[in-house]
Amino acid sequence: MVVMQVTILIFVAIAGGAVVFTRNPLNQVMGLSFFGLLLAIMFFIFQAPDVAFSQIVVGAVVIPLMVLLTLIKLKTKEQSKKNDA
Amino acid sequence: MTRRFRNLFFLASAAGFAVFYLWGLHLLPGFGHYPGPYGDVLNALSVYERHATDVITAVNFDYRGFDTLGEEFILFTSVMGANLLLRKQKDDKEEDPPLDLARDRLAPPTSDAVRVAGLALLLPIVVFGIYTVTHGQLTPGGGFQGGVILASAPLIIYLCGDYENFKRITSHVVAEVAEAVGAGGYAVTGLISFIFGYKYLQNFIPLGQTGDVFSGGTIALISALTGLEVAAGIVLLMISFFRQTLVYRKPGEERGDHHA
Repeated sequence: MVVMQVTILIFVAIAGGAVVFTRNPLNQVMGLSFFGLLLAIMFFIFQAPDVAFSQIVVGAVVIPLMVLLTLIKLKTKEQSKKNDA
Repeated sequence: MTRRFRNLFFLASAAGFAVFYLWGLHLLPGFGHYPGPYGDVLNALSVYERHATDVITAVNFDYRGFDTLGEEFILFTSVMGANLLLRKQKDDKEEDPPLDLARDRLAPPTSDAVRVAGLALLLPIVVFGIYTVTHGQLTPGGGFQGGVILASAPLIIYLCGDYENFKRITSHVVAEVAEAVGAGGYAVTGLISFIFGYKYLQNFIPLGQTGDVFSGGTIALISALTGLEVAAGIVLLMISFFRQTLVYRKPGEERGDHHA
């Protein structure tokens, strides 16, 4: 049990660091989604299945989706500016 | 601010933070050693007092039900706020059908692999969501968790098909009403307690047999209402995000304008 806890904590730390140090927003969203999934596994290993449930959907799906959709919207704007020029 | 000064400023702040952080860690109870009495008391009493085997849901929807009511309205308000920001503005035009990023073609269809996997997952997800909402007082989960799981079903439909499929199974009006009924129902449940002469949000429904789906009194009721509110709220959020990204276009952003 302790081995699993330590392992998942290290993974979460690495993934969290990776999300912070990623510069490209698109890659960052993918990383964020993966980080969310790892976080859910961490909650599960630390015997908090209730939190893990919400984390899977909110952290790994809904938040990345919103960021992704925002990026698409921004890109459409940029593209139309480029086309105008 | 020069680079050198910025680095020095960061190092000083980080050192200060480290000192207080380590000091704080030093005073924490050891890993796995829960110090307070409340958790132990609730663990021992929740089955007896509320006929709920999932203590976490019993705490959320009963013992500290008023706090959760506040959290519920945080979600409600943020969904409303996001909807306000993403509303259709005066000069927005609706584009139909939704376009791909490369502006001279339609969005490519989803791959067959994604479709098959998604459709296979759809029904289990809906059933699991309903199970999670209705069994909140018995097994891990509850209104919030089940609600978000249920809300991911329309998302899967979008992934498997396109925006048209998503539009066909969701309704802005229904989602709005469902969200309002869920959030308002929670507050009204508390008021009903007054009619019985109890305190706000005190359990007034018979507790039933421990382990039954219909047990735990108001815990089960509030869990169902929360599930409705959360599922509807997240669907509402998705509807407005999709509309803003895929349908609404400012003048000059339409596809037709730049068709070379």
